[in-house]
Amino acid sequence: MPPAAPRMATVNTEEAGLMGVLKNRWLQWLRLTSLLAGAAMLLSACGRADLSPLNPQGEVAKEQLNIMKISISIMTLVVVVVFTLAIYVVIRYRRRPGNDGIPVQVEGNHKLEIIWTVIPLILLVILGVPTVQTVFGQAKDYSKDEDAILVNVTAHQYWWKFEYPQEGIVTAQELVVPKNSTIVIEAKTADVLHSFWVPALAGKIDTNPAGNINRMYIKTPDKTGIFLGKCAELCGPAHALMDFKVKVVDEESYANWISAMKAPAKLPEDPAIAEVFEKKCLSCHAVGDKGVPVYPDLTGIGDRETVAGILVNTDNPKYKHEGTVYDNLYRWIKNPQEVKPGNLMPTVELTEEELQGIARYLADYKLHYESEELRNNDATSDKEER
Amino acid sequence: MAHGSHAVKRYKGILDWLTTVDHKKIGILYLLAGGFFFLIGGLEAILIRIQLWKPMNDFVSPDTFNELITMHGTTMIFLGVMPVIFGLMNCIVPLQIGARDVAFPFVNALGFWTFFFGGLLLNISWLTGHVPDAGWTSYVPLASTTFSNGPGVDYYVLGLQISGIGSLLGGINFLVTIINMRAPGMSFMRMPMFTWATFVTSLLILLAFPALTVGLVALMFDRLFGGNFFDPSAGGNIMLWEHIFWIFGHPEVYILILPAFGIISEVVTTFSRKRLFGYSSMVFATVLIGFLGFMVWAHHMFTSGLGPVANALFSIATMLIAVPTGIKVFNWLFTMWGGSIKFTSPMLFAIGFIPTFVMGGVTGVMLAAAPADYQYHDSYFVVGHFHYTIVGGLVSGLFAGVHYWWPKIFGRKLNETLGKLTFWFFIIGFHLTFFVQHFLGLTGMQRRIYTYLDGMGFNEMNLISTIGAITMGVGVIFFLINVIVTSAKPRTATNDPWEDGRTLEWAISSPAPEYNFAQLPLIRGYDCYWKEKMEGNREMQPAEPLGPIHMPSPSILPFIMSVGLFIAGFGFIYHQHIVAAAGLAVTLICMMLRSVIEDHGYHIEPEEIQAKGVKA
Amino acid sequence: MSGHSHAEGVLPHEPEKATLEGRNKVLGFWLFLGGETVLFGTLFSVFIALRDQVNGGPTANELFSLPVVAAATLILLTSSLTSVFAIQAMHRNQTKATVNWLVVTVLLGLAFLGLEIYEFVEYAHHGHTFAASAFSTSFYSLVGFHGGHVAFGILWISLLIWQVLRRGITLHTAPKVYVAGLYWHFIDVVWVFIFSVVYLMGKVG
Repeated sequence: MPPAAPRMATVNTEEAGLMGVLKNRWLQWLRLTSLLAGAAMLLSACGRADLSPLNPQGEVAKEQLNIMKISISIMTLVVVVVFTLAIYVVIRYRRRPGNDGIPVQVEGNHKLEIIWTVIPLILLVILGVPTVQTVFGQAKDYSKDEDAILVNVTAHQYWWKFEYPQEGIVTAQELVVPKNSTIVIEAKTADVLHSFWVPALAGKIDTNPAGNINRMYIKTPDKTGIFLGKCAELCGPAHALMDFKVKVVDEESYANWISAMKAPAKLPEDPAIAEVFEKKCLSCHAVGDKGVPVYPDLTGIGDRETVAGILVNTDNPKYKHEGTVYDNLYRWIKNPQEVKPGNLMPTVELTEEELQGIARYLADYKLHYESEELRNNDATSDKEER
Repeated sequence: MAHGSHAVKRYKGILDWLTTVDHKKIGILYLLAGGFFFLIGGLEAILIRIQLWKPMNDFVSPDTFNELITMHGTTMIFLGVMPVIFGLMNCIVPLQIGARDVAFPFVNALGFWTFFFGGLLLNISWLTGHVPDAGWTSYVPLASTTFSNGPGVDYYVLGLQISGIGSLLGGINFLVTIINMRAPGMSFMRMPMFTWATFVTSLLILLAFPALTVGLVALMFDRLFGGNFFDPSAGGNIMLWEHIFWIFGHPEVYILILPAFGIISEVVTTFSRKRLFGYSSMVFATVLIGFLGFMVWAHHMFTSGLGPVANALFSIATMLIAVPTGIKVFNWLFTMWGGSIKFTSPMLFAIGFIPTFVMGGVTGVMLAAAPADYQYHDSYFVVGHFHYTIVGGLVSGLFAGVHYWWPKIFGRKLNETLGKLTFWFFIIGFHLTFFVQHFLGLTGMQRRIYTYLDGMGFNEMNLISTIGAITMGVGVIFFLINVIVTSAKPRTATNDPWEDGRTLEWAISSPAPEYNFAQLPLIRGYDCYWKEKMEGNREMQPAEPLGPIHMPSPSILPFIMSVGLFIAGFGFIYHQHIVAAAGLAVTLICMMLRSVIEDHGYHIEPEEIQAKGVKA
Repeated sequence: MSGHSHAEGVLPHEPEKATLEGRNKVLGFWLFLGGETVLFGTLFSVFIALRDQVNGGPTANELFSLPVVAAATLILLTSSLTSVFAIQAMHRNQTKATVNWLVVTVLLGLAFLGLEIYEFVEYAHHGHTFAASAFSTSFYSLVGFHGGHVAFGILWISLLIWQVLRRGITLHTAPKVYVAGLYWHFIDVVWVFIFSVVYLMGKVG
């Protein structure tokens, strides 16, 4: 993984007025307290930069980590005080052999009791003020912002549909977005409750049935990268496998991707395979302008990081869930239930040639949208990872 | 005093247990049944941890895993820890306030049997193969017929509904007992903390459980009779379920933890030989926690889209609970301060409880900060947090209470060596299991997943967690051995086996006679028994002359009524409405019989009391 | 605390509170009604949340006929009054008057229940069945729960009438009659809320 992203400016200078002043003051506090928290964090690994809330790459997740740091610092203090007291008391006042005296029966001590009521209250104010600020800050509605990219997220058992209403395109499992931008997520579900979670970029939001649409936003970092997304609400047997990816690309690649997604569909060259594909796959799926857009859109599936959200495409497979894009597609189509128990994809009756032909066609269905820069970045990060 | 000599009905053997209305025996039944379900829930936990010990494990199927997590949560909360709490309350509270019985002995028995048959109904699902699998929260639409067809979730709905009746009855019973039946001189501000905790907990049960009842009825109507409460396509609203569930669910966690607070207060004072530090502020804190417990339910729903105003308000309200909780923790520490601490097994559990619960408490405050909760929510961080409060807190507290009051309940003291082994295995295993889970959550592992991919950085911590769970299991096995070994020993416990008892229950024999107090005692202050001991008295002063003691008659009706509900539950689950109606009819007829048959109970004569040589 | 002073033949003024058992019963019942309040409160909240979700079916305004409901309300309020008379008669130790007033209460309860059943059947004819919409489900659940309480109360009070006839007013029967009276008042109060929240608010908007 690449080293942590360059520091984002944490102080939003546009914010004027009282809130801004307050925020500055709290940030000073935060710097002090984050020293303490930093020490605590060093004790444990901070997790993968594409997955861990402790290793945030997007602004929203960074703000959330700030709140975590303040609370962890305060709470570490509390725990240390209690532990120290408890250990001291237990050692100092243990009943020694032969000492059968009756201790003084103390009723209480008003001064002490006031102290341990007031100090927690003060600590809570220290935590409460930035909490409330961030709650309101992160509830900001960017959907009217012209620069923001709108994405309608619809969760399904067990896949994600991403619709770009401004562009009129639909994709699945992989949210492609440009760097340095604001993404407005409007989330709902087509069936049971799910929760849209991109730990490294932003928090999560539940997907409720239509009528209860939830909104959140993601600020993408100023570098490219692939971030893991997860379903966080129990949604059935394959809940564990309902992963998705957020792919942050540069502006050029994003523009290429949009136009490639809008281009007419590319069907298999072999007419026999094309016929089977149209008959047996496009009855539920779509590629480009062809097919039925009920289940995951397959346009450019050969480009994606995963098959079915869970089989990771790589030329150097290391784990059980990794394979080349062709192998993964083959494995998935051959027996979807083996990969993702309880999902709705049936085992389609295909001959071995048809299966291989379709897997090959889909594996080669690439949109070639990546800019020079992105390809180079990918190559380096791949090397670092292995 | 004239009284008709009613025939004394006394049963022997199993019939004695089925018909008993004696709060001490009902308490033992609660402990046994609760312990049984606790073991089932524990076994489910071990299976969960075995499945998760390595990435992409296939020890159980995803379906089975969801059944395991659902049943583990439901069983532990409703059928494991709550009955053990009720068991201790039943065994101890009347003794602590100087009552001969609870206010409604018949209702008390009914409460136990409805709980038991509700729990049985829920767990029979394992035998029928249709097991609830929508999580212990059973969020709709996953728990609706569209996505959970078949009887699985119906077992959850009806099992909880029936056992919930038991909790509600128990709550009312304890409230009336504590309000109306305190011994002369036992004013509210002289009540032991465990009794206070029982009082507040019962109030919470009374005000929280009816909400769950409505929620379950609504889910049942949706599932069985085509209702539309939670069906968005017919105008229903899934958010209603979340609200109703948590309006019940959050008070529920205080229903669970307050009794543990009470137990810790008793154990810490006894084994520090010191009066509880800041008694009145402890009472105040207990009441305040109970009150705030109703104000914070939406912190379980920060990510459900309530909007910033609600999220901010519920964040702050939740944080406030830390203040009364902090008061309690420091009061315990300062009770020990300057005391003379004896490290018995109950005291070890109590000492382990304090820092462990504080760790669960501080992660609770962390979770209260809504923006951070957007990350924690439904991650393993939450799993770590609530196990710190419920297992490290509550279950430690229950172990402390069970070890502490075992001699009073059974007349035998548990083996101290085995008790200490239980403690060390349990507490070390506990921290191994759950401490790392916070970091699993913080590095991106969501909860309720049956497996996780390799290479995510989750492997080592999950392995540690599994090892810890097995260590805890060993601790529980030590406890079981202790129970068996102790049962084989003679009943030799004295009135005050720990020698430092402060409260009224230690003034009478172990176990207590069926009438508890031959003469009702006169309470002359807080820690009344300690006060008498310090003044050189060996027993309490009586507040009344020796006379005949009125006792309630045993009855089989509570058992039959609960069987009726059990049958009705089955009828509903399998859509056999005639069976359901027949079951309900059995219950209703028993209610009528109970109303019509006048039963004045019987009396124990002074001669009999004196013959036993037991004096209050 | 003995329950045997009636052996001397003198019944105290408030026989329901003369024994500890009686006092326990009355207090316990008050607490039970506290729980019932939460139960109905939750049902009311659910109804209020869902009352506009008619799913294409008839709305509250189209459905409800106030005269019938007003008659039902009057009947139930009157029955509350007659139950008060019954308790007063009991305090005067007049067994016969107690029974008579209880019988009137039961009859009024039956009349109320009859009207409610008539009303429900009418609604069903208009397509307002239990499974029609979220509004109908929550309506029948709330009003039906109340109706179920009335039905249970009728059975219960009938049983008590039989007991009072057989045994007279004693320290054992008095608390039972008293708490049944409490129960009857409670379902009356709930009905007042149903009348306001469900019917009046349904009519005006």
